[in-house]
Amino acid sequence: MSTTAEPVTAPERPFVAEVLAREDYQVIGEIVESGSRVLDLGCGEGELMAWLEQSKDCEARGVEISAKKVRVALARGLSIYQGDIDRGLADYPDGAFDYVILSQTLQETHHPREVLLEMLRVGRRAIVAFPNFGHWSARWSLLRTGRAPKTRHLPFEWYNTPNIHFVTIPDFEELLRKEGIRIERSYFLRGPRRISLRPSLFADSAVYLLRRD
Amino acid sequence: MIVQRQSVTFPSIELVSGETLSPVTVAYETYGELNQARSNAILIEHAFSGDAHAAGISDLDGKPGWWDNMIGPGKAFDTSRYFVVCSNVLGGCSGTTGPASIDPATGKPYGPRFPFVTVADMVKLQAMLMDHLGVEKLLSVAGGSMGGMQALQWAVSYPERCASVVPIASTHRHSAQQIAFNEVGRQAIVADPDFQGGNYYEGPGPARGLAVARMVGHITYMSDDSMREKFGRRRRLSETPSGESELFEVESYLRYRGGQFVSRFDANSYITITKAMDVFDLAGENGSLADALLRCKARFLALSFTSDWLYPSYQSEEIVRALRGRNCDVAYVELPSNYGHDAFLIEAGEQTDIVRGFLDATFRRL
Repeated sequence: MSTTAEPVTAPERPFVAEVLAREDYQVIGEIVESGSRVLDLGCGEGELMAWLEQSKDCEARGVEISAKKVRVALARGLSIYQGDIDRGLADYPDGAFDYVILSQTLQETHHPREVLLEMLRVGRRAIVAFPNFGHWSARWSLLRTGRAPKTRHLPFEWYNTPNIHFVTIPDFEELLRKEGIRIERSYFLRGPRRISLRPSLFADSAVYLLRRD
Repeated sequence: MIVQRQSVTFPSIELVSGETLSPVTVAYETYGELNQARSNAILIEHAFSGDAHAAGISDLDGKPGWWDNMIGPGKAFDTSRYFVVCSNVLGGCSGTTGPASIDPATGKPYGPRFPFVTVADMVKLQAMLMDHLGVEKLLSVAGGSMGGMQALQWAVSYPERCASVVPIASTHRHSAQQIAFNEVGRQAIVADPDFQGGNYYEGPGPARGLAVARMVGHITYMSDDSMREKFGRRRRLSETPSGESELFEVESYLRYRGGQFVSRFDANSYITITKAMDVFDLAGENGSLADALLRCKARFLALSFTSDWLYPSYQSEEIVRALRGRNCDVAYVELPSNYGHDAFLIEAGEQTDIVRGFLDATFRRL
């Protein structure tokens, strides 16, 4: 675990900060080793993939369910296929990738446990980033109003949210223990800053580097 | 851009069936220039009733090519960057040797004695053409429908000769439904008394049967939505054999297209090529599709269309899944369209950025 609060390291190239505006992308950019084979689940328009290919010489593939986003990514020349993360990994052989990345999408999958296990089958390592539903503002919002929390990071109404599994940091770590998944590194983010003090209360999001024991 | 059809004749070609066809001529067109490194060649594969005239304006009849909206300077297949080739398939009737060609043994058209050809044979003849043009490795092989089937066959027959493959609205094997529609077309031709067992070249030929076959084809190329939009229940006065009468617009359209087809297509070619499509089965011949693609290192881009019920998206997805199983580099998207199977010919706007991005990335990685 990262233990000291520190500002995010300066990007390797000026381009990075622009592309990796999302805090979790910066961490992912640091974790992934150059020349790796990477599968990005829920890759959107492929910003992270494009950066990993250009800056880290990675071989990147992506899965995205929105046809509109896939079209944008394909126009960039990226290898992306339109598909459902809940079902899309079954065809890959074991160990096909060095890293399988799931950024801010775990809570939107129908079967997060199965997705996690599949990620660690087709990838030697998995990188999972998710929004922390146990953040103090969500807790306070629920306590104060008695209504499903709406915060800066969770701006949806209960009936239209894509987030169908509410997960907190201790929830996630408990699942990892049960499944015998090892945490190689973990990062807790509050805005652009990394924090270590009571992350389950103060982190907006968490990023984990995982592998099978 | 005025283009001229060219052709080359080879002494012979040995077919999958074991028969030899000699000589064999292939008609083709080219657009753009082959670069010094000979690394910018793209082979465009035409669909069932297409021909070598894919782009530009033909010097023969002044008509634009069948994929002119996709091939040309600045278009998806950018001829200011790439050298693009399209040839008429073996068994066809637009310049390449087919059943209507003269059999040197008899001095008469082959007719029903034309040997059985497969998609693999079509591709073999294209490989001979590439040798003739001095192209060892293709930047891409691309096509829709039967064109996509040929592109996939390239990946299997000549895995080291293509850097990328683009099957659009296609399949690695026909479904029962696709075979069924082809069979209706064939039976319409055979049932025409003027078919004469295929020896009709001195008579009027099976024009009615061939027109009906084409009418069925056109229905399968459209969608319920596109037909409703294009024709609805509107009627119009039309010339018919029994004088002027009121027809539904869809009837009038199908009759027109059927009649038009007869003037440019040979009934024996119809039978020969639809048979080649129906027996095409990359999985069956090789154990599985994944096994068929074992030696293939090409990048793939598969596209399908939402309203295409003749080559539905699940068929493209089967190809994509097999490629994923082999850990191949494969991109795929189902594009929105109301045009049914015809979408691959019509929806240039939807396809252009995607194909351009894909080719550009492939070219950069060479």
